[in-house]
Amino acid sequence: MTLFRDDGLVLRTQKLGEADRIVTVLTRRHGRVRAVARGVRRTKSKFGARLEPFSHVDVQFFARGGELVGRGLPLCTQVESIAAYGSGIVDDYARYTAGTAMLETAERFTDHEGEPAVQQYLLLVGALRTLASAEHDARLVLDAFLLRSLAVNGYAPSFEACAQCGMPGPNRFFSVASGGVVCGECRVPGSVVPSPESMELLGALLTGDWRIVDSCEERHAREGSGLVAAYLQWHLERGLRSLRFVEKSAGL
Amino acid sequence: MYEGVVQDLIDELGRLPGVGPKSAQRIAFHILQADPADVRRLAHALAEVKEKVRFCGICGNVAQDEQCRVCQDPRRDPAVICVVEEPKDVVAVERTREFRGRYHVLGGAISPIEGVGPDDLRIRELLARLADGTVTELILATDPNLEGEATATYLARMVKPMGLKVTRLASGLPVGGDLEYADEVTLGRAFEGRRLLDV
Ligand SMILES: [Zn+2]
Ligand SMILES: [Zn+2]
Repeated sequence: MTLFRDDGLVLRTQKLGEADRIVTVLTRRHGRVRAVARGVRRTKSKFGARLEPFSHVDVQFFARGGELVGRGLPLCTQVESIAAYGSGIVDDYARYTAGTAMLETAERFTDHEGEPAVQQYLLLVGALRTLASAEHDARLVLDAFLLRSLAVNGYAPSFEACAQCGMPGPNRFFSVASGGVVCGECRVPGSVVPSPESMELLGALLTGDWRIVDSCEERHAREGSGLVAAYLQWHLERGLRSLRFVEKSAGL
Repeated sequence: MYEGVVQDLIDELGRLPGVGPKSAQRIAFHILQADPADVRRLAHALAEVKEKVRFCGICGNVAQDEQCRVCQDPRRDPAVICVVEEPKDVVAVERTREFRGRYHVLGGAISPIEGVGPDDLRIRELLARLADGTVTELILATDPNLEGEATATYLARMVKPMGLKVTRLASGLPVGGDLEYADEVTLGRAFEGRRLLDV
């Protein structure tokens, strides 16, 4: 029997039996971990609201074997709150739906439980903090997170140089199957020709240039979101459940 | 694996919420050893509940007629609707004897990650009930967890143009507990929902 302590973000909770929950946590050092929180649904639980989705916690796990992931689910024994992003997210429906899509994306990109995914973890911490601060449009914060998640998992799309031959941009054609923009020589059937502003927006989302992002027009944001969603769906085996509930943001 | 009918029973029990394979086995063997009259009563209750109980055409609560007991009761205030997630929440609020209005049962909470959106709940039915102006106050009594809060946020935004009084159940410290054990979110909520002490 071994104790493990780590920082993590709560991605998902599922009811278990009468009063327990299985919580899915994306941890800093152990990747995605599923664990049992006993009695968490009782109103007098010592866990309180600490184990709700969007919570950033310092958590202690109790595992039966010498590994955190393997022999049955570990137990959550102690939880301290680092930041409760949920309260800044749940009071706005656009933020809530965008945030939920982030959690599901992070879960899907960390399919192998117990395998460290520190970049994905850091991306999610940053994105939830930005979302909860309400400084930028929720849908754009989501799109930035989706693009960067694709990038840290090895699927970085190109928005300038041709994704096939490397010809310097700007390039007009966009193809999810080819990995981003392509030149006239490399274009494949099914390529689309998005507006140059949408391409600039997507590049800015990927690099985190919020000055460009915050000044974009709604139609370009909408076109960009569509391309991001198509690109993401191409690289995930199954579609994201929560993506279709994401609202076109109120601010745009 | 057990023979035929015994395994069938274990399988059926195992499909119930909160019943794992071990519990299913335990319940099955309890039933096997129980008095035949007890088992017949259980089987009868199961068959009857499916035959006789339906959902209230107005509020979505469980009912034995077209409408539930609360909706049929003329003494209940039609100007106030308390919105809850499940019929069992109606039972919980009724136990307090504090509430004299009517209910609306949504049938769950918005949870995009589980594929449950606003259209999957009885929100359209709620908006239809609000259309004629009888209702002046809406009490949002969804669960005090993330999905319940998000559902309340969504509903509050939907009904805003109607100009109703919209309230949310206060949530905060469990009565009988110690302040020092409360987490930040719960304590924060308790501050938001604090009330004036009129002495
Ligand atoms: Zn090329
Ligand atoms: Zn009713």
